[in-house]
Amino acid sequence: MALAEIRAILPGRRMPAARVLFSAIGLGIGALMLLPLYYLLLRAFQADFATVWQLLTRPRTGQMLLNTAALTAGVLALCTVIALPLAWLVSRTDLPGRRVVNFLAVLPLAVPGYVMAFALIGLSGNFGFLNQVFGVTLPRPQGWWGATLALSLYCFPYLYLNLRAAFAGLDQSLEESARALGCTPREVFTRVTLPHLMPALMAGWLVIGLYTIGDFGAVALMRFEVFSYVIYLQYSAAFDRLYAAWLALILIVIALTVVWWESRLRQGVRYARTGSGSGAGPRRVRLGPVGRALGWGFAGLVVLASLGLPVAVLTFWMSLAPIGPILPALVTSFGQSLSVAVPSAALAAAMALPVAVLAVRYPSPLSTLINRLAFVGYAVPALAFALAFVFFSLQGARWLYQTHLLLVTVYALAFLALALGPIRSALYLARPSLEDSARALGHGPLSTFWRVTLPTIRPGVVAGSVLVFVIAMKELPIAFLLAPTGFRPLAITMFSRTSEGMLVEAAPYAAAIIAFSALFVGFVLRHDRKAEG
Amino acid sequence: MRFFRTTALALAALAATPVTAQHLTLYSGRGETLVAPIIEAFTAETGIDVRVRYGGTAELAILLQEEGDRSPADLFWAQDAAALGAVAGMFMPLPEATLEKVPAAYRDTEGRWIATSGRGRVLAYSTERMSEEEMPATLAELTDPRFRGRLALAPTNGSFLAHVAALRVVEGDEAALEWLRGIRANRPVMVSNNTAMIQAIGDGEADLGVTNNYYLVRFQTAAPDFPVNQRLFPTEGDIGNLLLVAGMGVLTTSDQSAEAVAFIDFLLSDEGQAFFGGDVGEFPVTGAEVPERLDEISLDEVVRMAPEVDLNTISDLEGTLALVREAGLL
Repeated sequence: MALAEIRAILPGRRMPAARVLFSAIGLGIGALMLLPLYYLLLRAFQADFATVWQLLTRPRTGQMLLNTAALTAGVLALCTVIALPLAWLVSRTDLPGRRVVNFLAVLPLAVPGYVMAFALIGLSGNFGFLNQVFGVTLPRPQGWWGATLALSLYCFPYLYLNLRAAFAGLDQSLEESARALGCTPREVFTRVTLPHLMPALMAGWLVIGLYTIGDFGAVALMRFEVFSYVIYLQYSAAFDRLYAAWLALILIVIALTVVWWESRLRQGVRYARTGSGSGAGPRRVRLGPVGRALGWGFAGLVVLASLGLPVAVLTFWMSLAPIGPILPALVTSFGQSLSVAVPSAALAAAMALPVAVLAVRYPSPLSTLINRLAFVGYAVPALAFALAFVFFSLQGARWLYQTHLLLVTVYALAFLALALGPIRSALYLARPSLEDSARALGHGPLSTFWRVTLPTIRPGVVAGSVLVFVIAMKELPIAFLLAPTGFRPLAITMFSRTSEGMLVEAAPYAAAIIAFSALFVGFVLRHDRKAEG
Repeated sequence: MRFFRTTALALAALAATPVTAQHLTLYSGRGETLVAPIIEAFTAETGIDVRVRYGGTAELAILLQEEGDRSPADLFWAQDAAALGAVAGMFMPLPEATLEKVPAAYRDTEGRWIATSGRGRVLAYSTERMSEEEMPATLAELTDPRFRGRLALAPTNGSFLAHVAALRVVEGDEAALEWLRGIRANRPVMVSNNTAMIQAIGDGEADLGVTNNYYLVRFQTAAPDFPVNQRLFPTEGDIGNLLLVAGMGVLTTSDQSAEAVAFIDFLLSDEGQAFFGGDVGEFPVTGAEVPERLDEISLDEVVRMAPEVDLNTISDLEGTLALVREAGLL
């Protein structure tokens, strides 16, 4: 920001090379994001408008929009209640075992939505898991609260990862100053800590909100009718992509309105240190025995519900059939999943970096536009997004159609928003003065970026790639359409079984998605010393 | 940054995926667990390699529409006739010798797709909460007030919509709408699919529901004491006992249509039909002999009890959806 201001008051100076390069990359990504929108408009205008109007003006559609809003609000609230204390416990207290908690708090992302929903449903009923194993019967979770619970339990890590990166980068001397100036701990939190966490909170809310708006699977199992249901029905029951295109456009308008508000709220914020003096590293709150017990109790409850529950249900299903015979197929399938998820994560992070730098260091109408476009891939319903790339690759690049390369690229575009959040949050907290010093010491803008900025925001980059990796492991509609024929990653194999009602046969694959995601997340966190701070 | 270097290498390797020799490309809306064995048997017998793209039937039907004449697929295997109808314009007419293997009701009037196996609509019920006297005699009777709050319904399910479409053909739109409204008045437990329906009945949330015949078998295999059973409606020719099909067509763009037709012929051979009737728990469509079934519903009984509905007449999905929406079930 400082740099941009200097440029502004020194007319005639050239724009920094980094800014030009990043803008060009950002515009390229933005253009790719616009392809699906162009495609949807193309299809939408082939539809009969009267039918669309009739579909949209039913009272039921209004009810479904309200349901979507209520669900989004519920999920955001519950995710915050789970993620904020958890991130604080791990980042700012001396809670023993916090590294394990840190690891376990990310894993629920790997739980496939249907597994979470079935796990919750399986708790209830006279043939449910709880009744079978422990003889306890609970009411069936369903409707608004069932859907809110299911979605929150595997979405909260998005918020947690953003918040943890923010806590790790937060300059504690600010809090110390506030305390020295007479603020109570509560005031320090609400007036200093919380405002500094806002970019992370909003980044997390944004991805969770967009996910909730577009989710269909868990919501359907919980019998809560939301707007995405209308789209799903239009293509799955009527095989109709024209009306589905209209509905997808409406969903995108809703989603982009959310994105627009988020970026308005983010405008003009400035959280990094500007003064001289050294920033203080995180200092941990010492927990007493009671605090420790409470901390463990809370973390334990979250882990038990978000991870223990689905794992228990999967174990129960797996106990019903031997796993030995399918082991070779499972390993092959895992290799195929990995060959897509790893490059997708890397590519998404690589795309997110220039976009995030533009947003934070070089704010301008252009960078705002690029940052909003970056969310399009995540906001467009996955099936519509994939269809757009089917259309464009068949028109323009036949050789690219149904190749690994296209699948990886589309994943990276679709999940760019996930990588962007943590990276942007980390950048907000990285001091521009450090970059200025590097420039003063003779480093060019790109060299400064590579040698100063990148190492500083590493936790954010790692968090971003982990998010993309984990979602790419379990993604379905895009893989259905764009994966090479004969390619059978874990998620597709799992779906093949669940779609025929073979939950028991699907269980090993769902378990493998969780287990292998766990291995990867553990590996990345281990090699990322800063994230442990 | 080692992570990034490794993945850059991986990316480069992936970009160079080799092009392989000739093979059939099959888009399968049917799950791998069910159909992989019969595909392998075909390859073993003919030496023709089959590459399968598994996916949801709806997703694949839409994918085919999007691909148009650039589709790499030779064959499309769908869970239901409606999906086949949606892409029938992309199929080539099948040879007479193939078409003759199934009754006319189980293939496209213009011969562009053909059924590969049948599945019956049956009444699933709780063995704990449904007495013999209570059992409905017909599909129409499900609107009776005695089933208020006890019925499970999967309104988004393709087979349910096909069933409503058949009801429209047989009884007319007005009667169908009245039936749907009656079901709505009985406040059914809405479920997302057939598996969830069986689960709901087993869990005690609902007491009965109309579903496809092969779902319960999976639950019974996993837990022999599962408290759900299924039966046909006892009225001969009742629309409740509708027979639906999974089927297949050959794309006009296929450059290996002879091999593709050979694949269909293999599925319709006695060996193929016995596989669907036995291992998969469906019904043959060619009249082939099948092994004894797990549930007590025999093929002869299903054929005798089923209504005569030409599957070609139930392709108006938009109209059916509109009707279900009008009744307030969607």
